[in-house]
Amino acid sequence: MEYIIIVLSAILVNNIVLAQFLGLCPFFGVSNKISTAAGMGGAVMFVMTIAAIVTYMISHFILIPFDLIYLRTITYILVISSLVQMVEIILKKVSPPLYQALGIFLPLMTTNCAILGVAILVIQQEHTLMSGVVFAIAHAIGFTLALVILAGIREQLELVNVPKGMRGNPIILVAAGLLALAFMGFAGIV
Amino acid sequence: MDQAKNFTKGFIRENPVFILMLGLCPALGTTTSAFNGMGMGLATMFVVIMSNIVVSLIKNFIPNKVRIPCYIVIIASFVTIVDLVMAGYMPALHEQLGLFIPLIVVNCFVLGRAEAFASKNTLISSIIDGSGMGLGFTLALTLLGAAREIFGSYALFGFQFIPADGMLVFILAPGAFIALGYLIALANKLNK
Repeated sequence: MEYIIIVLSAILVNNIVLAQFLGLCPFFGVSNKISTAAGMGGAVMFVMTIAAIVTYMISHFILIPFDLIYLRTITYILVISSLVQMVEIILKKVSPPLYQALGIFLPLMTTNCAILGVAILVIQQEHTLMSGVVFAIAHAIGFTLALVILAGIREQLELVNVPKGMRGNPIILVAAGLLALAFMGFAGIV
Repeated sequence: MDQAKNFTKGFIRENPVFILMLGLCPALGTTTSAFNGMGMGLATMFVVIMSNIVVSLIKNFIPNKVRIPCYIVIIASFVTIVDLVMAGYMPALHEQLGLFIPLIVVNCFVLGRAEAFASKNTLISSIIDGSGMGLGFTLALTLLGAAREIFGSYALFGFQFIPADGMLVFILAPGAFIALGYLIALANKLNK
């Protein structure tokens, strides 16, 4: 039951992009087409889950016992960037098709604030390892959902005659705002 | 390079938020009021200037292949300083900005200045570039925060000018996207 609440709240109520404003760069950057949006979502889910597990371990077995909490930001970002590099190397060897599919999105992952944000939130909200993993996966699903919906909207926007001043980024931001408004409708369910 | 131009380019012409669309997460997440936006902008400005200084000083010693991790560690150290100082001296603002203070590390705008400018230019022009771009970022966040505060709670910097509840939607998440959308449209217009 506890896990169901975490999942629903992460995907619909506190959607990582539309309610918490994390990971906006890829949200606007790679939402041109539905297929690339889904690929990015998959890559984020992969890295976010592993990063949450690893940073949880480091926090509970190294930083807290040795009273080094103030090093949190530096260690996490180093761990995440080396993790991204490692995942890239392993995937290249083990599963070339998956590597090809995620290819361009993997290196961008280091500066995706959603990954670092979720890793910090898992510690701040005092999750256990298991609920932390569920939390990370649910947030990644929420990220993918928002990204794919926005990509769908943008594909439709191509066909519309937008007023001159609003062309390009402004109209996409307004569309994202209306999407966030729609997601606020879920606020009561958890 | 003309230093005055170097300083002012971040205000409108290459404004990190309005034109380059970088650092959007803190720009939307922290600007529920003009004061919060300004606090976040100033914190980021400090990090940009300091990391620009250090990066431009040691640019010749960093091997090219590992330069990005080096920049990230430099930035992360200054972010930790900001985090601890703010928690000590401005606990209320620190509470408001919350998660977004440690997330300055992954603000692509800060890393972007280190990679695109400080790693190629002299100390003085890096400082000027950092201050100009930092001020532009602060300006953008303050403007966005002010717009959201004016419509959302009929107030500016906490001073209420219409004694009524504002349009709550501007304080909530959707208003952030919409307000930024219109501000970008305005900046595009001014840029022409």
